[in-house]
Amino acid sequence: MKFDINVDKCVGAGVCAIAAPEVFDQNDDDGIIVVLDPNPPLEQAQLVHDAATRCPAAVITNVQL
Amino acid sequence: MSRSGGMDAKVVIVGASAGGVSAAEALRARGHTGPIELIGAEKHAPYDRPPLSKQLLKGELLASDVALRASTHLRDLNVAERFGVAATALNTKARTVTLADGTNTDYDRVIIATGVSARQLPIRNSVGGVHTLRTLDEAVALQSAIADAKRVVVVGGGFLGTEIAAAAVALGVDVVLAGKASTLLEGALGATVGEQVAGLHTSRGVELMTGPAATVHQLRVKDGQVTGVEFRSGEFVQADLVILAVGSEPAVDWLRSSSLSLTDGVDCSSDCSAGEGIYAVGDVARWHNPLFNVSMRIEHRTNATDQAIHVAERILNGDTTAYAPVPYFWSDQFDVKIQAHGYLRGHDEVKVIEGSLDDGRMIAIYRTGGTLTGVVAVGAAKALRQWRGHVATKMDWHDAISLS
Ligand SMILES: Cc1cc2nc3c(=O)[nH]c(=O)nc-3n(C[C@H](O)[C@H](O)[C@H](O)COP(=O)(O)OP(=O)(O)OC[C@H]3O[C@@H](n4cnc5c(N)ncnc54)[C@H](O)[C@@H]3O)c2cc1C
Ligand code: SF4
Repeated sequence: MKFDINVDKCVGAGVCAIAAPEVFDQNDDDGIIVVLDPNPPLEQAQLVHDAATRCPAAVITNVQL
Repeated sequence: MSRSGGMDAKVVIVGASAGGVSAAEALRARGHTGPIELIGAEKHAPYDRPPLSKQLLKGELLASDVALRASTHLRDLNVAERFGVAATALNTKARTVTLADGTNTDYDRVIIATGVSARQLPIRNSVGGVHTLRTLDEAVALQSAIADAKRVVVVGGGFLGTEIAAAAVALGVDVVLAGKASTLLEGALGATVGEQVAGLHTSRGVELMTGPAATVHQLRVKDGQVTGVEFRSGEFVQADLVILAVGSEPAVDWLRSSSLSLTDGVDCSSDCSAGEGIYAVGDVARWHNPLFNVSMRIEHRTNATDQAIHVAERILNGDTTAYAPVPYFWSDQFDVKIQAHGYLRGHDEVKVIEGSLDDGRMIAIYRTGGTLTGVVAVGAAKALRQWRGHVATKMDWHDAISLS
């Protein structure tokens, strides 16, 4: 599966890394999103969907199976 | 007759912002196939509020940049949008929502996500130069008012007031920030961290007035236009723009004729249900959080989505699992981003365990009773997430101290 990221909008909330820790991480100083796995396996789909919904800055879009 | 939840239930969502949109999205992401209707009083497509007091006021984002989702997103999810029409009543017996255009829509499940609105002072009526900030329209109006202003008084030393003051001073306007607590953000973060935020504001040129004497007595008005603020201390501060950031009121007027309990927002059980087939999420919802054993109503952006996901799951699973989150918020103060996890209100002790705001890296931990209940940090995203884990497992305070 895949998704798009708009890093410019990231507010460093880290909600993505809590929702889908195998797919997203954060920079330590400013907390900006770091993508660990740009093509995660299908079983991560629900978690990536939730990360996109939970992100307070609409950074993760276009989540596709 | 009992009407079922589940995958094909008809869900009506009232309030089309962070909470409402997330609920619709979470239902679909979990395979819900029934009709979903999303009703919103504002004519705008759903937009995000946190940038309104930050990038939008400073002119770094335009009104068109703050949309919550791409314009076709909800339609692609087969969600019926009804924007620009408010709900005016909920009939829990007939299971209908009445709209301002006189129509009714029936539901199997209804999700109340109507948020809060800005509290007004009783003195506001039709005085020019007095603003509040909650909606996009208010933000756009405020932005142009700041551009024309010379001297601004911001009333309210909470997150909204401090963010507005920071944005206004960055735009080159003289800013007086008046809060009636002993320091800025005292209610939210406690005095120790609040003092550091106050120091930051002073160093950037914001003039601070704090303590009970900084309570507004009345606005001075000439020819329908505000000319300044009289404080309880007797002091008068001249201003051509006054911004009220004095808290919020849950948007529950439309529910007064229903049987719901509305002591402070919509009173819910631990699972966020408020009656047969009725749920509430986001800023409007008060529920008992078993993790902290406290009844809370949280006005933070990520809670709206987390609670919406929780409710979507309850509707689909038909169970009553409690909603037990560790609340989270962030706030931008100038170039400093403050982040917090936990429930800090009513804490007994704050301990700064690393750095300070001036250093650009700070971690403070909060104790309530014998337990670690919260953590606030600046510039320490990963450490913050580890501490969040310790809050979630209710770490004993002594263990927390020995870790620090
Ligand atoms: C300027 C500003 C800055 C913020 N900054 C931050 C921040 O930095 N960090 C943070 O964590 N949180 C922040 N917040 C808080 C965050 O935006 C809210 O927690 C979040 O918007 C709550 O979402 P909600 O969907 O519950 O309610 P709301 O966003 O209030 O949405 C409720 C919607 O329901 C609609 N509505 C109301 N009554 C009716 C009715 N009768 N019928 C139909 N529709 C109705 C309203 O028009 C509104 O669109 C900020 C808020 C503001 C205003
Ligand atoms: S949740 Fe969104 S804003 Fe927060 S770090 Fe992840 S991408 Fe950035």
